[in-house]
Amino acid sequence: MAQMTEIRWHGRGGQGAKTAAYLLAEAVMGDDAYIQAFPEYGPERMGAPVRAFVRISKTPIRMHCPVLSPDIVVVLDPTLMKAVDVTEGVPEDAVFIINSTEGPAEVRQQLGINTGRVYTVPALKIAMETIKRPIPNTVMLGAFAKATGLLDVDALKERVRAQLGSKLRPDVIQGNMDAIDRAAQEVQEG
Amino acid sequence: MSERILIEGNEAVALALKLIDPDVVAAYPITPATEVVQKFAEYVADGEVVTEFVAVESEHSAMSACIGASTAGGRVMTATSSQGLGLMWEMLYIAASLRRPITMAVANRALSGNINIHCDHSDTMGARDAGWIHLFSENTQEIFDNMIQAVRIAEHPDVRLPVMVCYDGFVISHAREVIESLSKEEVQSFVGKHKASLSLLDLEPKTVGPLDLQDYYFEHKRSQAEAYKAVPGVIEAVGQEFGKAFGRSYAQVEEYNMDGAEVALVALGSTNGTIKDVVDGMNESGKKVGLLKIRAFRPFPAELVRASLSKVKAVGVFDRSMTFGGWGNPLFTEIRSAMYGTSGNGCCCGPCIPILDRVYGLGGREISMAEIEQYADEVLAVAKGEQVELIDYIGVR
Repeated sequence: MAQMTEIRWHGRGGQGAKTAAYLLAEAVMGDDAYIQAFPEYGPERMGAPVRAFVRISKTPIRMHCPVLSPDIVVVLDPTLMKAVDVTEGVPEDAVFIINSTEGPAEVRQQLGINTGRVYTVPALKIAMETIKRPIPNTVMLGAFAKATGLLDVDALKERVRAQLGSKLRPDVIQGNMDAIDRAAQEVQEG
Repeated sequence: MSERILIEGNEAVALALKLIDPDVVAAYPITPATEVVQKFAEYVADGEVVTEFVAVESEHSAMSACIGASTAGGRVMTATSSQGLGLMWEMLYIAASLRRPITMAVANRALSGNINIHCDHSDTMGARDAGWIHLFSENTQEIFDNMIQAVRIAEHPDVRLPVMVCYDGFVISHAREVIESLSKEEVQSFVGKHKASLSLLDLEPKTVGPLDLQDYYFEHKRSQAEAYKAVPGVIEAVGQEFGKAFGRSYAQVEEYNMDGAEVALVALGSTNGTIKDVVDGMNESGKKVGLLKIRAFRPFPAELVRASLSKVKAVGVFDRSMTFGGWGNPLFTEIRSAMYGTSGNGCCCGPCIPILDRVYGLGGREISMAEIEQYADEVLAVAKGEQVELIDYIGVR
């Protein structure tokens, strides 16, 4: 159990929380990791708070129960910090990766936490400048890779290209590549 | 060659269908099994299978088309869930009575009302007495493997009965997990070529499903009941052969940490995985809890259950559906019935141990490891003589 990492994604319907969770799962799977990735299915509405979960383990994952105390929390939309309790159930050493134009110190204050690690990245700004659309999920994956070291930035880019390649135009794919690079450069720890 | 892939439960069913490449698939999409039909329709459109895909207008028609295609001599498969299975109801009995070896994937989902799209076992429990073989799957790997084995079980000349492969809606159908996939050659070589026991296309006159009144209906039902006696042996043999071929063996039940266990938990479906983790934790702290996972619910493996549970002092059953107004719920009543009064000489003997029933998870209500552990502790207390509610709930307000 100790070697299992549990991740909770918070987003709003339409922001790609489920896609991000699945892309992360694909990117970290490699030759030997076991993965479980599942969204929370409620009434699905554009803009409503949604959650998605990823479990990563070196041994087969048998449990089929909710993630109650995630090691890593990713927040795709800064307004969610006021709407839902993104700190629910997290242990003291949890890692937070948050889309925010403010720095880690301000975010810590907002969340009322002084333990663990907090990373921030202005994902919306980066998404608008690279992908030209307000979809922060690949930006947050770039920040995730840099912050956690659980996956390599280049491996992530390769996976995103493979996954989205058939669905998106080449310039949008390039935008996503740039978004991942900029997120890895601009993510701040505090 | 097997390949590790990350795949959603429904996609794993569709992939198994593709690799089996049956003659006919007739299906109507319904949440949470929709993606099975959607993905398989893609395979058909892309020319990856030779299957005749029949897009019907309802589940009643889906099962009717399956029965027709199977009677014509084809290998036939479908998928459904919940209300869809309900709409098939009268055709389910006909499929089994006509001994049609149809394979169906069922994403277990609650029944209305009120409307709920999430997991419980009410749908397939409602079809319990229709004459189908029921195989439950713990995870995505098991659905994939069960689908492939189901073809062999259904079509075995001693069986020739329809099989439903059950898997928990959303919990498994919409979660991505890592599985070992198989190649088309491997699957084709395992399932073999379909040998129809009956064909309407061979120009030999025959009648299927005619009027059958007081003079012979009873004998036909009696002979149908005999057919189920061959099923356990075939499930075991196919499960063993699958293990030899691909390294993953299957049986009717699976014992987990039952050696030396003082009490046992019994469950169907995906909760078994969570229970295994709880059992490991409790065993480490010296609590002797084991698990008996039921894979084949129909035919019910009564003798294996009796042999396994006779070793413990108390049993805790998990039921993910209810029999309204009944005394205890579907899995509990099977287990109790298997444990008591086992001989025909009027003796009510049997291993007289306390067996508890807990209804959980209706309509997709999640069950946590803490709740499972609390129940296991309760069963341990009962083994020591404590009195608790016999039939109760977990996780309901």
